[in-house]
Amino acid sequence: MDFIRNFPLFTIVLSLFSGVLCFLLPGKAAKRYTFIYEGILLVLVGSVLLYTIRTGGSFTYVMGEFPAPWGNEIRAGVLESLLALAFVIILQCSLFAGYRFVEEDMDESKVNLFFTLVNLMTAALMALIWTNDLFTGYVFLEILTLTSCGILIVREIGRTTLAAVRYMILNLLGSGLFLLGVVLLYDLTGHLLMVPMRETVSVLSRDPAVMPVLTMAVGVLTTGLSIKSGLFPFHFWMPDTYGWATPASASLLSSIVSKAYIFLLIKTYYRAIGMDVIQKMPIPYILLGLGICGIVMGSVQAMHANNLNRMVALSSAAQIGYIYMGMGMGGVNGYTAAVFHILAHAVTKSLLFLTTPRLAEVSGGSLLFRSLQGAGIRNRDAGLFFTAGAFSMIGIPVFAGFASKLQFGQAAMETGNLKVLTAVMLALAVSSLLNAIYFIRTMIRIYSTGLGITRKEVPVRAHHRAGYNIPMIVLTLGNLILGLFSWKVVQLIHLGFSMFR
Amino acid sequence: MKEWFNHWLDGDLDVMENILDAAEVPDRPREELKEQNRRFRDEVYQRNEAKGALEAGQKGFYALYTVVGIVSCVLLIGVLLFTVANLPEYGHENPRTVEVVRRYIEQGVQETGAVNVVAGMILDYRAFDTLGESHVLFTALICVMILLARDSKNMRTEYEDYFTIREDAYFDISKDSIIRRVGYVILPSIFLFGIYILLNGQISPGGGFSGGAVMGASLIMFAAAFGFGPVDTFLPGQRIRWIAFTALSFYSFAKGYVFFTGANHLENHIPKGTPGAILSGGLILPLDIAVGMVVACTMFGFFSLFKRGSIGSD
Repeated sequence: MDFIRNFPLFTIVLSLFSGVLCFLLPGKAAKRYTFIYEGILLVLVGSVLLYTIRTGGSFTYVMGEFPAPWGNEIRAGVLESLLALAFVIILQCSLFAGYRFVEEDMDESKVNLFFTLVNLMTAALMALIWTNDLFTGYVFLEILTLTSCGILIVREIGRTTLAAVRYMILNLLGSGLFLLGVVLLYDLTGHLLMVPMRETVSVLSRDPAVMPVLTMAVGVLTTGLSIKSGLFPFHFWMPDTYGWATPASASLLSSIVSKAYIFLLIKTYYRAIGMDVIQKMPIPYILLGLGICGIVMGSVQAMHANNLNRMVALSSAAQIGYIYMGMGMGGVNGYTAAVFHILAHAVTKSLLFLTTPRLAEVSGGSLLFRSLQGAGIRNRDAGLFFTAGAFSMIGIPVFAGFASKLQFGQAAMETGNLKVLTAVMLALAVSSLLNAIYFIRTMIRIYSTGLGITRKEVPVRAHHRAGYNIPMIVLTLGNLILGLFSWKVVQLIHLGFSMFR
Repeated sequence: MKEWFNHWLDGDLDVMENILDAAEVPDRPREELKEQNRRFRDEVYQRNEAKGALEAGQKGFYALYTVVGIVSCVLLIGVLLFTVANLPEYGHENPRTVEVVRRYIEQGVQETGAVNVVAGMILDYRAFDTLGESHVLFTALICVMILLARDSKNMRTEYEDYFTIREDAYFDISKDSIIRRVGYVILPSIFLFGIYILLNGQISPGGGFSGGAVMGASLIMFAAAFGFGPVDTFLPGQRIRWIAFTALSFYSFAKGYVFFTGANHLENHIPKGTPGAILSGGLILPLDIAVGMVVACTMFGFFSLFKRGSIGSD
């Protein structure tokens, strides 16, 4: 067995250890250690991706001496390692760009706790991506929930605490429903590992008496994960959660954590239930409908926001709607579009959430549109990167947003269902229009000097250090790569799905 | 039209937000504020008399909300009951669905070396899940520390201090001689019982989580009956940190080693022991001890954080 096959295990165990180690270290040392460790993690995950592409196959890794139906297993394929790589890069960029705000927002004695939580979160993300077992998914889902509440409350102001309480209640509801789904599936199949479960499900689904129970189990599980990721009727926690958290946390929560839940759902559908069984259920249509509602409602609510962060947060609701719409269309193309949008949105949203505080700090610390007048002129770098992110959100060609909208359109064409095609195309058109309206409004706001406001001096020159731009450049480049070489990425995702069976 | 557009551009159209943003309220004369407060109070207390259109709308909304809430709860209950009623019957033999359970029960003892099948299951067959589970409590401790530990942003005001000190003095049960006497008698036995549960996890019901919880509870009772002083002498904050670090990293690396050797088909050199003896079950006993330590420290840490805002004396 090649040594590289051990790397997924190392990413999980080392991240758990790093979390516990940061608990002991002082703040500065914890920060330095975490940055070095994230570099190591990048190498580990990157080599797994190269290995899976080169060997053209996926591999399962037995956790312990007991093989598949009895012991735990993890699995790595192209799709998993691609997402893991993207998540690690975004994690690193968020920490690099967000660290100085963490320092401002937190007491010095607690900075090491922030890094403890970030490392535990990394472990949970890695485990959720690699897992081949539904119950392992649940356990690390719990860690992810707790750590995301933790990195939300680090600001210690009333609003984040309130948002965290709401976020925690909804997330626990989601976890509970997910657990209920897992329990029902276990009761029906007697397995927790995904592949044996799928084999049993495909036998059971031939019995018409079992189908309603199976649908209910999958439905409960889906509801749990969609509450956690913020699908349309459950998106109301988003503006407060993302809008008031410290920038690094907002970027991590919106671009990585909610996507990890969606990826777990995709993995469950493909590997634990089987797509042929899912297609017999009404669930894809419900996801499609709710996704489209989410796209429209999220955009409409974002238009009404008067605070930049809340606007960006509400546009997340719309983007999550896109992903579920892709899953609702079904077929490899729909799911490919969904995974591509996971990547595109993760790269774009982290860029936006990391630039908005830089626009705010040259506007007297306020994120209200009225105060942001001319902010893009006062901090030109931040304005430029915000523009790049906004272009991607609107779907201007060259950027990632356009490529993913193209994927959704193509996937809708290939469903061969006229109703689905019409609905998806209308949703894409309306959403692009609404996105353009509220992002162009922001653009006018940050680049105009009218309304009696002239160019102000940037308050603190030190905030213009070139180093702050490096993570932004990485994220913008990622955006451009996803936009320009989308065919290559789509090929990789296709390859990943072909190994997913 | 242009004015409307500028309003929207300014973000003035959002009605809810302007209510919430308190920073924008300009200073107003005292009399005016008083008058406003009085009006506000009247509005609150005479809510029933005011019958504005908005109010009626709100009432309608809340009525609808209640009805929809009840209906959806009843629907959900009905659907879930239907689901449970249609699950396979208990004891219904299907060779596929009992495959895993059968092996755990029939071969668990000889494969894991633990007489307690549950311990064998969670710490050997499915040890990866338990590796995550043992970090969940630790994560919760970190979150509570962020929320409650005293720092420059989270200080008591003088006003709070004044009342807290008086209340603490009034409700301090550590001066109560009945509680102290009872504590002398029962606390050592509770602590010993916790250790017993912890060490016998592999041969009888019990194990790290339950034993650690009993030990943690006895620590909390000790601190409540005798004050924090005696506990702090043998369990200062730094020691709690070191215990949590050592136990959890031992757990990660021990299990990581077993996963590594298992997946690579190597010999792991951990003796299984004789089932039924105290030294049996391979890694189960050391892992139970590690988990128990973490659980005990975490529970005491929670109590200490809620009571005085730090996980131990520093």
